[in-house]
Amino acid sequence: MQMYDLPDSRGHFGRYGGVFVAETLIHALDELKREYERYRDDAEFRAEFEYELEHFVGRPSPIYHAKRWSELLGGAQVYFKREDLNHTGAHKVNNTIGQALLARRMRKPRVIAETGAGQHGVATATVAARYGMQCVVYMGSEDVKRQAQNVYRMKLLGATVVPVESGSKTLKDALNEAMRDWVTNVHDTFYIIGTVAGPHPYPMMVRDFQSVIGKECIEQMPRMCGRQPDMVIACVGGGSNAMGIFYPYLPHDSVRLVGVEAGGEGVATGKHAASLTAGVPGVLHGNRTYLLQDDDGQIVETHSISAGLDYPGVGPEHAWLKDSGRAEYVTIDDAEALQAFHDCCHYEGIIPALESSHALAYAAKIAPGLAKDTILLVNLSGRGDKDMHTVAEKSGIKF
Amino acid sequence: MSRIRPIFERLARERRKALIPFVTAGDPSPAHTVPLMHALAEAGADVIELGVPFSDPMADGPVIQRASERALKQHVGLDAVLGFVAEFRKRDDRTAVVLMGYANPIEAMGVEAFARRAQGAGVDGVLVVDYPPEECAAFAELMHAHGMDLIFLLAPTSTAARVADVTRLASGYIYYVSLTGVTGAATLDVADVGAKLAAIRARTSLPLGVGFGIRDAASATAIAAVADAVVIGSKIIQEMEAAGPADAVERASRFVSGIRKALDERAPAERAPA
Repeated sequence: MQMYDLPDSRGHFGRYGGVFVAETLIHALDELKREYERYRDDAEFRAEFEYELEHFVGRPSPIYHAKRWSELLGGAQVYFKREDLNHTGAHKVNNTIGQALLARRMRKPRVIAETGAGQHGVATATVAARYGMQCVVYMGSEDVKRQAQNVYRMKLLGATVVPVESGSKTLKDALNEAMRDWVTNVHDTFYIIGTVAGPHPYPMMVRDFQSVIGKECIEQMPRMCGRQPDMVIACVGGGSNAMGIFYPYLPHDSVRLVGVEAGGEGVATGKHAASLTAGVPGVLHGNRTYLLQDDDGQIVETHSISAGLDYPGVGPEHAWLKDSGRAEYVTIDDAEALQAFHDCCHYEGIIPALESSHALAYAAKIAPGLAKDTILLVNLSGRGDKDMHTVAEKSGIKF
Repeated sequence: MSRIRPIFERLARERRKALIPFVTAGDPSPAHTVPLMHALAEAGADVIELGVPFSDPMADGPVIQRASERALKQHVGLDAVLGFVAEFRKRDDRTAVVLMGYANPIEAMGVEAFARRAQGAGVDGVLVVDYPPEECAAFAELMHAHGMDLIFLLAPTSTAARVADVTRLASGYIYYVSLTGVTGAATLDVADVGAKLAAIRARTSLPLGVGFGIRDAASATAIAAVADAVVIGSKIIQEMEAAGPADAVERASRFVSGIRKALDERAPAERAPA
């Protein structure tokens, strides 16, 4: 494959990405872009980032051969990249550390974030506590109700959680509100975006911080099984864990990259969050990408059993990878993800996040039809402790 | 051709300032919009900024977002908005109409279809909040080719280089947002606005409108001393919310004519006519 040097200087991945924001935000984004470019390859910045990943997060995260499940499936060998073992329980913290270190260098004592299920909010509150920064997390009031535990967790970590009452009262509204805060308080505030979406430089910056996942895999896989995998599988909401594991693999032509979107109740029902599979390109939240929208160009509400995948857009680099054919995108519906969740618990003793369960479900779906020496590497992006309520409710259990 | 330039030229000759009210199309109901536009014109509006409802109005404050939500509940989108403008044009060929909204509904319609239909409906200018100049050179060309102006925002944080980028593509007028926050935010520093406008005038001869934070006759006349046009949005919507649907048009009209009166009574313009 030819050299991959995207995005361009204005954040474009082909026709996707860019900076689609009001003039009031341009200054803040220009400053962020300038400062990130300054520190991106700075040796001291890199060293501090790596130190924190090792000692605070517990990296590198291991690769694990899911032997029992693979045997039961009777085909390909399934391996997990264990991001669930990270401090705070998911890949999200890789990125919040990177951005918090940048915020400190930019002398911004206050960080803000948007959160849906609360994972990114917790990861932001965690690093804010770690570095002694003031932290405000915006969360749709519906999500505040659904994710009471994560709200409490953020408060324990010293963050202020602001319930957002506008719009659908979910993630996208929290994002709008966080943008508003940033525009108003940019002189002392750093906005930590949690995924590879938003205006440039966020998609690039978040990808860079998360690509530690894929870089480790490239070193670990040959040690573990003598070669790189045949396929890398990751779930895609905004797409940060997938970009993190895909990006270092982009030049490895023989490795297929598969992103798994949330099929909700089934793509045909319209109740899903599969932007790449069923959306059309448009402009939202500062970038051009695939969006779930109606004929009038209004963004529609999404549905998924997993709150972390419940987003009507997707990172622009995924849009580019889809169109270029370098990555493939498929869907797994709620029921399939839930089945994979239970199977992973039973056969491997690992409780996966419902988000990650989508990637597991796709691996479990295709493994039986593949040769026994085929290697599937699944990004197990988070642990499922946060999903106890959702899963129990599906089984008719109330705590 | 766009009515905007001739309007500003006439006002400059008359040493008057332009009054630009903003309302969201379809708020409080679709039936209100065309009568509301006529009432605003009769109350002394020179240009009407008509908000195109969008599900995710990232740059707007809670007041305009609420208006957008009310309109969307009644299925008012870009298609309906163009219908309102065409209807308004049957009785008003004088007042300029600028559509203000976000890129996605326009791209969903298709930029070329939008340009054609907007021109046909009698739209004079378009302000796409999330189209900064570097992302919309082709769109600006398309607007100009269809006889419409592309209006841009400038902010207190806009650098000289940004002003240059904007003035290269802008026509009609430039909309200076006087606060770094979102629409409907609180405080306003007129001296600061004046200094910033002077710096922008050094780079463009386009008229400068100022909005964000203008709430009454006093703030409007203060701004009119340094700007060519006064834009009022959130406050009109709040007035209509307070009045309720039955009295919304009358309340908006009364509020706007109060501002008009104050603007016209103020001391003659400091600036010589263009």
